Amino acid sequence: MADDEIILSELPDDELVMQMMDDLYDGLKEEIVEGVNLLLERGWTPYSVLTDALVEGMRIVGEDFRDGILFVPEVLLSANAMKAGMFVLRPLLAATGAPKMGKMVIGTVKGDIHDIGKNLVGMMMEGAGFDVVDLGINNPVENYLAAIEEHKPDILGMSALLTTTMPYMKVVIDTLIEKGMRDDFIVLVGGAPLNEEFGKAVGADAYCRDAAVAVETAKDFMKRKHNSGLARV
Amino acid sequence: MRHATTNYDLPITEKLLVIACGMVAREVQGVVAKLGLTHIDLTCLPAEFHHKPSKIAPAMERAILKAKAAGYKQIFAGYAECGTQGALDKVLEKYCVKRIEGPHCFSFYIGNQNFIERDDRHLTHFFMTDFLAQHFRTFLIEPLGIDRHPELKEIYFGNYTHLHYIAQTENISLQNNAKDAAKFLGLHYSYEFTGYGDLGTALNQAAG
Repeated sequence: MADDEIILSELPDDELVMQMMDDLYDGLKEEIVEGVNLLLERGWTPYSVLTDALVEGMRIVGEDFRDGILFVPEVLLSANAMKAGMFVLRPLLAATGAPKMGKMVIGTVKGDIHDIGKNLVGMMMEGAGFDVVDLGINNPVENYLAAIEEHKPDILGMSALLTTTMPYMKVVIDTLIEKGMRDDFIVLVGGAPLNEEFGKAVGADAYCRDAAVAVETAKDFMKRKHNSGLARV
Repeated sequence: MRHATTNYDLPITEKLLVIACGMVAREVQGVVAKLGLTHIDLTCLPAEFHHKPSKIAPAMERAILKAKAAGYKQIFAGYAECGTQGALDKVLEKYCVKRIEGPHCFSFYIGNQNFIERDDRHLTHFFMTDFLAQHFRTFLIEPLGIDRHPELKEIYFGNYTHLHYIAQTENISLQNNAKDAAKFLGLHYSYEFTGYGDLGTALNQAAG
């Protein structure tokens, strides 16, 4: 054993959380699972582990990605480590009644099998307290409609990586308008070939350039929805 | 930026400059040789822009301005739309420069119309061109970090079922590379000789 090897179980809580953020940054999946379990054993609520260690760690990863310090492979490794931590926390969060921000249905559009960005958004939204219903890839409009009917989401998220598939977002939104459902929730769109102009053109409420922006945008919309609901009372 | 001149006897003002993606440089030269388009010069932007499409349009604008300053009056872009969110077309429109039709090189090699008609048939196919077969490791595996972190392979390629090699040339060595790549990625291998597809037509038309 190397002299400088860090034993997670020997660290006090604050240092353990800092170390977990470092481990998340370095994409160390096993260490994250160990850290999560340690904090739970020490009496932390699942929600605190999620927000104080994992989400905060991913926020730093997201910022460094945006600033060009981290690149896609590193972000994916971090996300993979967070996913492992979430796997431990997810059932506990439900059981302990962690606060819920709202519900999101998300999926990659028809003709497109790319899901890296979509998965990142889903995970970060879950980390922010949203219930996330992930429809996976290659979704025709019928899938979105069925999921909306079943889950009654606050937010619909659509993702596309290809310039050939991104126009399908308009097909979905136009169908929602035809059925008089468009104003029942907010629609967020994202994906590498999209931009704000495209988001407006297809009738989305917002284009989100990355997972962190998606979370902030969703929170902002939920706050406004809540406030408008209060104003009507 | 690489630059290849085909005919030193012609003045620049009478030549057509193709500003192409480095991923299609060899193929542009192949078409030029095949069709005897000796008044075409070729200059290339880095193939690595494939991974960062936002860099294509600004680099194209710089290359066009440089070409015009050098005396070229006819310029053609050896690019498809390539995920530039319309930015490439805006630049090209500004300087009255045309490009190859289609969303990306896979499409114009297969033939854009043919590509559209295939619809969902190739949805889970990862397309490999001659360029990718030649540079699979250095252009894909290393930049994607898969060499250092094999677990990323599933994240990047988990939704694909096939590696479909669309070949511009019939080259056994490249076919072997493509087969090895398919095996490495855990995908079924399929092969289709497309030749240069719509690239030949586009260059021929641009060359007048």
